[in-house]
Amino acid sequence: MSEFKVAPANASTGVKLMTWVDNRFPATKLWKEHASEYYAPKNFNFWYFFGILATLVLVIQIVTGIFLVMHYKPDATLAFASVEYIMRDVPWGWLVRYMHSTGASAFFIVVYLHMFRGFLYGSYRKPRELVWIFGCAIFLCLMGEAFMGYLLPWGQMSYWGAQVIVNLFSAIPFVGPDLSLMIRGDYVVSDATLNRFFSFHVIAIPLILLGLVVAHIIALHEVGSNNPDGVEIKANKDANGIPRDGIPFHPYYSVHDMMGVVAFLILFSAVVFLAPEMGGYFLEANNFIPADSLKTPPHIAPVWYFTPFYSMLRATTDDMLVWFRLIVAVSAVLALWKGRFGALGKLLIVVGALLALVGMGALKFTGVQALSGCDAKFWGVLVMGGSVVILFFMPWLDKSPVKSIRYRPGWHKAVYGVFVITFLILGWLGIQPPDPLKTAVAQVGTLIYFGFFLLMPWWSQMGTFKPVPDRVTFHAH
Amino acid sequence: MHQDTLMKRLIASLVVAFSLCGAAFAQEGGPAWDKFPVERLTDRAALQHGAKLFVNYCLNCHQAAYMRYNRLHDPEIGLTDDQIKSNLLFAGDKVGDLMKTSLDPKDAKAFFGTVPPDLSVIARSRSGANGTGADYLYTYLRSFYRDETRPTGWNNRVFPNVGMPHVLWELQGTQRAVFEDEKGEGGQVEHVFKGLKLETPGTLSPADYNADVADLVAYLQWMSEPVQNFRVRLGVWVLIFLAFFWVISWRLNAAYWKDVN
Repeated sequence: MSEFKVAPANASTGVKLMTWVDNRFPATKLWKEHASEYYAPKNFNFWYFFGILATLVLVIQIVTGIFLVMHYKPDATLAFASVEYIMRDVPWGWLVRYMHSTGASAFFIVVYLHMFRGFLYGSYRKPRELVWIFGCAIFLCLMGEAFMGYLLPWGQMSYWGAQVIVNLFSAIPFVGPDLSLMIRGDYVVSDATLNRFFSFHVIAIPLILLGLVVAHIIALHEVGSNNPDGVEIKANKDANGIPRDGIPFHPYYSVHDMMGVVAFLILFSAVVFLAPEMGGYFLEANNFIPADSLKTPPHIAPVWYFTPFYSMLRATTDDMLVWFRLIVAVSAVLALWKGRFGALGKLLIVVGALLALVGMGALKFTGVQALSGCDAKFWGVLVMGGSVVILFFMPWLDKSPVKSIRYRPGWHKAVYGVFVITFLILGWLGIQPPDPLKTAVAQVGTLIYFGFFLLMPWWSQMGTFKPVPDRVTFHAH
Repeated sequence: MHQDTLMKRLIASLVVAFSLCGAAFAQEGGPAWDKFPVERLTDRAALQHGAKLFVNYCLNCHQAAYMRYNRLHDPEIGLTDDQIKSNLLFAGDKVGDLMKTSLDPKDAKAFFGTVPPDLSVIARSRSGANGTGADYLYTYLRSFYRDETRPTGWNNRVFPNVGMPHVLWELQGTQRAVFEDEKGEGGQVEHVFKGLKLETPGTLSPADYNADVADLVAYLQWMSEPVQNFRVRLGVWVLIFLAFFWVISWRLNAAYWKDVN
């Protein structure tokens, strides 16, 4: 608890007011800690705009969401019409709705770029593991939020997208069918589903999301921001204890971010006003047809931001399980041969590998029901979940001696390039109806995606690293 | 400097990858769609004529339950309450009413095998690989042909076995589908579609009929999002403002950052 301060008698009203407040609430202290005396590295580049942009999109989504809820009806017989009512009869409703629908896609664009910045400069490395983990949890919440929100317009794509995804849960052994029933609240996606998704979309997940965002920022401000050189600026402080390469967030980065915010708003407004459907990617044509539980659309595709993960789900076929079994067997043998494990560790590896092999259908040929393992759909769900969950482990998978890609071997850049291209190809494939060639490409892509992460402990420390400078690289503007 | 070129290359490849996604929906196939003449969308006379055709021909079975008659006040169409009342409304309807049909859905199901879809957003819902929703509607309404095997006596090239009869047949006349038998690659005989042929002329010449359908589709396209023209006009001003504001933020940033070195 800080000491009670008394403002001088001749102080201005403003100073007196702030003294009064500060004696009761740490307003000035918070402002200093998080803005005027939060020292950020001065060498931030283009990639460092996406954090503030994600915050901006969050605010846009919350504010437009509040206004949409005033007019939207979470009722299977009224939902579709209420969205059209917002688009036509509510003054400026069309603008609010397009901002919200464009905001959903924009959120994923800025978050993907924000995460990729972390990849490039090792922002998840010690001591920023919790910043990264909170961030991954935010991403997970965002996926849930987007998925549930997408049901609300109650169009054909809303309906059948939800139907397909909720059905996935039924592939989980033992609890699956009951779990999917519990999620829907009915045997098919229906009014009950719409109501609970609405509740989750407007209350439950936003509450968690906001809490996580606060945690993400508190953790970040505790350890300080990373930078494109991956140099710890706190290691080099001046006589006043201020990092020599740091500048106060306010005003330097507040004015700097304003430039990024306006540039973003230009692109955002271009979509909202000139192409809100974005060629069918942000608003799908099929979703202008009201939901009909009796008419299954010929081709159901999730919205673009889910498609890389959806591709990996679809890629997990029975053929793919053969490869998975091979990989499990080879890794188990390698771990026993090369790894330095004790007797218990070795036993666990053998038991784990055998269970995985049987689960993936290694004994299916025996025809014994109990030994047939789980079907490919379950493993597909696991692969899809795993493709997101694996991000949480980045801080411990990356064993590179340097943080930033700037000081890594040249071929590491190629590895990142292959990863990005794989992710984009998987995203593109997820929109397409499957055919044998595309499935094969998606299977290779899935192996590359997981290979990138699971082999990272080895490849990330290979090659010749460049010396990391003591100070950040900065050229005055 | 090397870093910058790497970033630039990376961003460029992202842009290219995303633009390739443009072909994502190029999967659906089916007959090609004719191009809807988009200039009709900003032609007030065309839209007014389209609205009249819509009310006279479509609204008997279909409805546009999200659309109010008095939305026709919008500057694109520019009808007054009196004009709406005397030209478009049935007795008893009010100008603030939604465009509902008097056809009972149960009867509709019995007549056509399906309830005619609501047309409020039909133009937005039909875009696909072959073109925009307007292109589809423009092609669809000109592709009906006589087919005695169908309960209604009509079939359609872009919507095979459609439940709807050719409502505009008096205007267009009747068409027949011309098929020719051709030898396929494997020597088997294939029944190949060769086009639609006008059998008995209607009250309009083919060119006039196309123009009428274009007007009707212009109206359907406008009705699918009445704010669309205003949206684009406003957007241009928003972008001009933001561009101006960006210059200010850029100079403000430079003014602050000049003492960082």
